[in-house]
Amino acid sequence: MAESTLRPALRNALVLFGAGIIVAMVLLAAFASVVAPYDPTEMKVIDALQRPSLAHPFGTDRFGRDVLSRTIHGSRIALGVAISSIGLALVVGTALGLAGGYAGGATDLVIGRAMDVLFSFPTLILAIGIAAMLGPGLDNAALAIAVVYAPLFSRVVRGPVIAERAKEYSVAALGLGAGAFRVVFRHILPNVLAPLIVQASVSLAYAILTEAALSYLGLGTQPPAPSWGTMLNEGRTYLETAPWMSVFPGLAIMLAVLGFNLLGDGLRSVLDPQLRGR
Amino acid sequence: MRRYVLLRTLSILPALLGVSVAVFLLVRLIPGTVVDQMVGTEGSYSEESMRALRAFFGLDAPIHVQYARWLGAVLRGDLGTSWRTGLPVVQMIVSRLEVTVELTLVALLVAAAVGVPLGMLSARRENTTLDHVVRLVSLFSLSIPVFWQATMLILAFSLWLQWAPPVDFVSLARDPLRNLAIITLPGVALGTAVAAVFMRMTRSSVLEVMGQDYIRTARAKGLAEQGVLWRHALKNSLIPLITVAGVQMGYLLGGAVITEEVFTLPGVGRLLLWAVFQRDYPLVQGTILFISALFMVSNLVVDLLYAYVDPRIRRG
Repeated sequence: MAESTLRPALRNALVLFGAGIIVAMVLLAAFASVVAPYDPTEMKVIDALQRPSLAHPFGTDRFGRDVLSRTIHGSRIALGVAISSIGLALVVGTALGLAGGYAGGATDLVIGRAMDVLFSFPTLILAIGIAAMLGPGLDNAALAIAVVYAPLFSRVVRGPVIAERAKEYSVAALGLGAGAFRVVFRHILPNVLAPLIVQASVSLAYAILTEAALSYLGLGTQPPAPSWGTMLNEGRTYLETAPWMSVFPGLAIMLAVLGFNLLGDGLRSVLDPQLRGR
Repeated sequence: MRRYVLLRTLSILPALLGVSVAVFLLVRLIPGTVVDQMVGTEGSYSEESMRALRAFFGLDAPIHVQYARWLGAVLRGDLGTSWRTGLPVVQMIVSRLEVTVELTLVALLVAAAVGVPLGMLSARRENTTLDHVVRLVSLFSLSIPVFWQATMLILAFSLWLQWAPPVDFVSLARDPLRNLAIITLPGVALGTAVAAVFMRMTRSSVLEVMGQDYIRTARAKGLAEQGVLWRHALKNSLIPLITVAGVQMGYLLGGAVITEEVFTLPGVGRLLLWAVFQRDYPLVQGTILFISALFMVSNLVVDLLYAYVDPRIRRG
């Protein structure tokens, strides 16, 4: 047995825990303005660097901004960037994988080599390079993340497409007069959805980490927007005097990434027939 | 084996060429040209001066000619000159290479030293509480951003132990003890996520090997369980780890940038960030190309090592 996973009950509990984190995060992001006790960008220098208290459960930063409110609003940026960048990577990567796998020949060769080139860079280095050249900012960071992760989807789709294309149902559909476009989208795509969903869930975790890293380095979200990475960067100078500025945004990143990792693990065991029931 | 080494080594050349094209085009992503970026904030220039500047940087030639010139220089070992320091890019990279290589290797060592034994332990105690705890810890470790973990390590050491890692980097050859004091904490921070990957891989690999026929034979001839594990199962279950280590090199080299930044280590990663913020494009291009080439070569080494320990690969 290649992989003996956790006991089903515990595994289900972990998947539920992961899903719970993500649902909580989505709700926080959606209702941030209602849930957050303060305006995340409102400065009140008189309250600067206050330790956690009832009034400010996560303390305040150097401008007197409420760290809890900024952490809650940070979920909007994290989720927004993760969903938009992975959404784009999913669409572009899947289209390239489908095109290469279905067409074969020169098309497949060119797409495959281009994807190989992108795979030859360490992920974060490529993201830093693209974000740096496009200029710091939220949109450019999302674009950089999309470029970096698109090859993953292309690779996930290409293999199954080649296998599905050779099967009788595809050949029959073509024989009945269906166009290549229809065969790919109506017949082949539904059969490669499972690995795509798993890849998307895991990639959302990577995207949150990458956005936070880019923002931490000053290449992603720019102040005063409350990105978790930017907040951690701002907290560096005050590490010994106001550690809460660094502790809570980091915990938020960890929980969000953990949520998507757990969900990805769970989805893999449910959707992958080889792991099902183990 | 010699034939395999030759073919595998030659196989990275097209990929390297592709990477060189991508790195060359990367700088063309900036709005306008590098000359516009350079002079943009430093006064106004006449159109004639701008033309002269573009000609000086070779930007007046067609793009394929620019690429051919640049690649020719790269092949001669010339990555250009830093706009800010006037030093050759290669020299700047080489002078910081030791730090990055040492950090990456220490992280890999930490990952192996922690991940492999835990993975074995977890496999031996499959489905016990210990197994579940180890696997949960590994899931958490995979979710911690390296820069946050690094920050928390610094915080914990300075608050509770009143100790902070020395700031000025000293090479291993000059002062081994001081060097270790500097590099250990960054190595632990960078290696944690990889340790979790190693742990998961070792666990599943040991479980797979332990179910095979030759292990049953070893047991049947009366060998004690420890002997079966150490003498028969371990060697084969560690082979897939070599591949995993290769894949993780990408994470380690990327993570090194951010770890060097948190711990203010003077490595190639921090040089890249400095170049980015100084808009020193030749240096950005050079460091990205260099780090990617390093990643590809380390993957090549990993593949060759894999073929060495598993003859099926080189015969296949």
